[in-house]
Amino acid sequence: MRYLPLTPTDRRDMLAAIGAASVDELYLDVPAGARLSRAIDLPDHLGELEVERDLAGLAAQNLAAGAVPSFLGAGAYRHHVPAAVDHLIQRSEFLTSYTPYQPEISQGTLQYLFEFQTQVATITGMEVANASMYDGATSCAEAVLMASRVTRRKRVVLSGGLHPHYRNVVKTMTGYTGFAVDVATPDVTGSEDLTARLGPDLACVVVQYPSFFGHLRDVTRLAQRCHEAGSLLILVVTEVVALGLVKPPGAMGADIVAAEGQGLGNALNFGGPYLGLFAARAPHVRQMPGRLCGETVDADGKRGFVLTLSTREQHIRREKATSNICTNSGLCALAFCIHLTLLGGAGFAKLAAINHANAVTLAEKLGGIAGIEVATPAFFNEFTLRLKRPAADVIDALAVRRILAGVPVSRLYPERPELGDLLLVAATETTTTADMDALANGLREAA
Amino acid sequence: MAMNREGRGATAPTATAPGAPAPAATFSGHRGLQYDEPLIFEQGQPGRMGVDLPEPQPIAARLGGLGRTQPIDLPGLAEPQVVRHFVRLSQKNYAIDANLYPLGSCTMKHNPRLNEKVARLPGFADLHPLQPLQTVQGALGVIDEVARWIKLLTGMPAVAMSPGAGAHGELCGLMAIRAALIARGDPRQRVLVPDSAHGTNPATAALCAYEVDAVPSNARGRIDLAAFKQKLGADVAAVMLTNPNTCGLFEDEILEVADAIHAAGGFFYCDGANFNALVGRVRPGDLGIDTMHINLHKTFSTPHGGGGPGAGPVVFSAALAPYAPLPYVVHGPQGFALVEHDSGRAFGRMKAFHGQMGMFVRALTYMKSHGGDGLRQVAEDAVLAANYILAQMQDVLPPTYPAPCMHEVLFDDRDLKDTGVTTLDLAKALIDEGYHPMTVYFPLIVHGAMLVEPTETESKASLDLFIGTLRSLVARARAGEADAFHAAPRLAPTRRLDETRAARQPILRWTPPSPKQAAE
Repeated sequence: MRYLPLTPTDRRDMLAAIGAASVDELYLDVPAGARLSRAIDLPDHLGELEVERDLAGLAAQNLAAGAVPSFLGAGAYRHHVPAAVDHLIQRSEFLTSYTPYQPEISQGTLQYLFEFQTQVATITGMEVANASMYDGATSCAEAVLMASRVTRRKRVVLSGGLHPHYRNVVKTMTGYTGFAVDVATPDVTGSEDLTARLGPDLACVVVQYPSFFGHLRDVTRLAQRCHEAGSLLILVVTEVVALGLVKPPGAMGADIVAAEGQGLGNALNFGGPYLGLFAARAPHVRQMPGRLCGETVDADGKRGFVLTLSTREQHIRREKATSNICTNSGLCALAFCIHLTLLGGAGFAKLAAINHANAVTLAEKLGGIAGIEVATPAFFNEFTLRLKRPAADVIDALAVRRILAGVPVSRLYPERPELGDLLLVAATETTTTADMDALANGLREAA
Repeated sequence: MAMNREGRGATAPTATAPGAPAPAATFSGHRGLQYDEPLIFEQGQPGRMGVDLPEPQPIAARLGGLGRTQPIDLPGLAEPQVVRHFVRLSQKNYAIDANLYPLGSCTMKHNPRLNEKVARLPGFADLHPLQPLQTVQGALGVIDEVARWIKLLTGMPAVAMSPGAGAHGELCGLMAIRAALIARGDPRQRVLVPDSAHGTNPATAALCAYEVDAVPSNARGRIDLAAFKQKLGADVAAVMLTNPNTCGLFEDEILEVADAIHAAGGFFYCDGANFNALVGRVRPGDLGIDTMHINLHKTFSTPHGGGGPGAGPVVFSAALAPYAPLPYVVHGPQGFALVEHDSGRAFGRMKAFHGQMGMFVRALTYMKSHGGDGLRQVAEDAVLAANYILAQMQDVLPPTYPAPCMHEVLFDDRDLKDTGVTTLDLAKALIDEGYHPMTVYFPLIVHGAMLVEPTETESKASLDLFIGTLRSLVARARAGEADAFHAAPRLAPTRRLDETRAARQPILRWTPPSPKQAAE
């Protein structure tokens, strides 16, 4: 077995040193009936060649999004990741290190976390950011829990523009601790008015920006109204690249930003691992979930970094912790950090501008097709189309023609037949004119 | 000690002695291969980029007036600078690829590179989670196959694949318990958690609105069965027991624990963080458990990545299986299908999509590489290695609890008493010897705890050198070299860091120097 260095002689010598006749003697604390005397019925070990062939066979049964024109979004976006990113995150010292519990030999991880936190705070327009959560949806749920700790209230309003999976994760995470979750009806065009739902018992309002349907809406006024009522405004961003072009959440008065960071540095990965971003206002820092990296000095007075404010965390505070999270998305945060460092502020803005330009171009092409209407008035790189027939049927028909035409809203809202004709379509910097033409032709025939 | 020290120079204790001259100051700030690396924010300049992007097509913006008005204050660096920056940072990290990583309860084993290669195949890495199901049959097949291996290895009938890490898996298990109890019309209030448990256990119970009731450990480092039984009652929803536990011991009265909790109408949650000791040798399903999470980033070797991402699939008994969260893969008439919406008993959804696919691919590659025979050998070698360390240390540093241990061995600071050397000092001295310290001060029930987990991927020579090092440090502590210990580490990229200062005046992001500072 290529991964096991001990030889039969080593094992014999080690057993002799221990004073045991066989390894079975080391398992004598296991109840006799639970000791397996032989291997479980699974195939025996295989060489690299055989395993790789086997797994490659499974991979070949899938249609890679990059192999065909692809317009899927709805919380996961296909962007170009510079080659340096994947090379650097595979450095042994990043890939095979543990959580930086011993800071003297973890400065590499700690320094990039400090840089990552600064980047996240900068692009969201917030004051502080943590070292990551599992994904955008769990970040969103943690934001709701934090808002409740800050306000000592337990009613929550979720916008009808919030990603339905995020909504469900919030409902799940708050399901057993006495929360009231008030969900607005699906808001395709961004016209909902949530102010009637505010009140002195409200912990927070959660609004997605751009919304699940792609719409961009100014929430400055909503933030003011929330603050007047002593409530927090949580902004959710599922496409982080948008922050290169749109007004930052912090500038509109958001108190917490929960975002999905996959769009920078990270592959689609069929939904995971992804990267939860979490940013907040400085006065609330001690209510934040997750790890925080902070600057300090060493015994020689030299700058260094450590995990800090850990009295919020489960390993110290146990049942009184702000969250139960331990392992997070460290390596995904590194990929994000490297990609954003390569881009810089100017590159990030330009990347976002290209995304928007491609989406506008695509919307113009598709909006000109008879029977198709662009339902989203203002958007970043994703918008909703209203078709004349069920979007799911159109998607299946175009998949046969090797076009991944977008996400039918019905996949996430099966209980809402009135949304069945809606199709979410996203364009990124990877979308070519030929891709757009292929989709337009396909929709002309299938929709 | 049978250890070949031929060709090794003295470890130069004088270099770490107090009053020894500080390493020569250099003009560059670098010291040999240790580079002093500023933050990216201190290196960037406007007008530079590490990417070349085409000009966007001219369009009329449709942002609804919500365009940014301020430039984004992030530095510009060219690719060579970015690569150099992150390579230099990487060199300040310890890694399992460089040396033994004896961090107890963390299972820092070798991460095979084949797993990385396979996870990057476009047929896995470049799949959108919401593609039509007929275009992702191979991916659903991977999830189904990992689930099958996990069910066989644990002897449990069902598994939820979506949780993102161990703590997330704990939450999944406890939420299923809560849902099952509510369905029974009996939600209950209390969860029993041994005092040796990892902090995630009580934190998770709190998220399910359970009151946490700590159960003491007995003198043998196991759950105190009598105290446990005394705490049982009609309001106890579950017990959360780690097995092997955080003292590195198999809970030898686990069947009694299972019987007692079931007799009281509660459920048995097992924390599976330490499954590496059992895989292929013991099936948790034979121990009376109802649910348990598996850390794919421990037992199944997906890399820790400096703190994640991990994956925490959760196995369920038949009684809890109907409450497993969405989504899940099923076998349908046209191949695999994905249940994403359910009017049934699923307690909810834990993540945006279907789980940590990148980790599933790596874990399946690892499982197939080892096979059923290799996985059994993994557990045996891991347990053998830990017991070997115990045996070779016990004359100078007796273990907290008598042998045998499982895959990790627990020491404490009893034998350092009166030396002036603490567990932390010993840990920091290990750094100068080129080792990442063991887990220290955990579990909390043991004074000055030192939890050592070598894993199965160390050679005997590697174990011997570690043992020799640890023995020499204990000897030096007893020889009165406390001052040298207090000064450690001296050879790491930084000296001891001031954690109190970091917490008292938190600086959590870089801020540009004020004009006054900049002028100085």
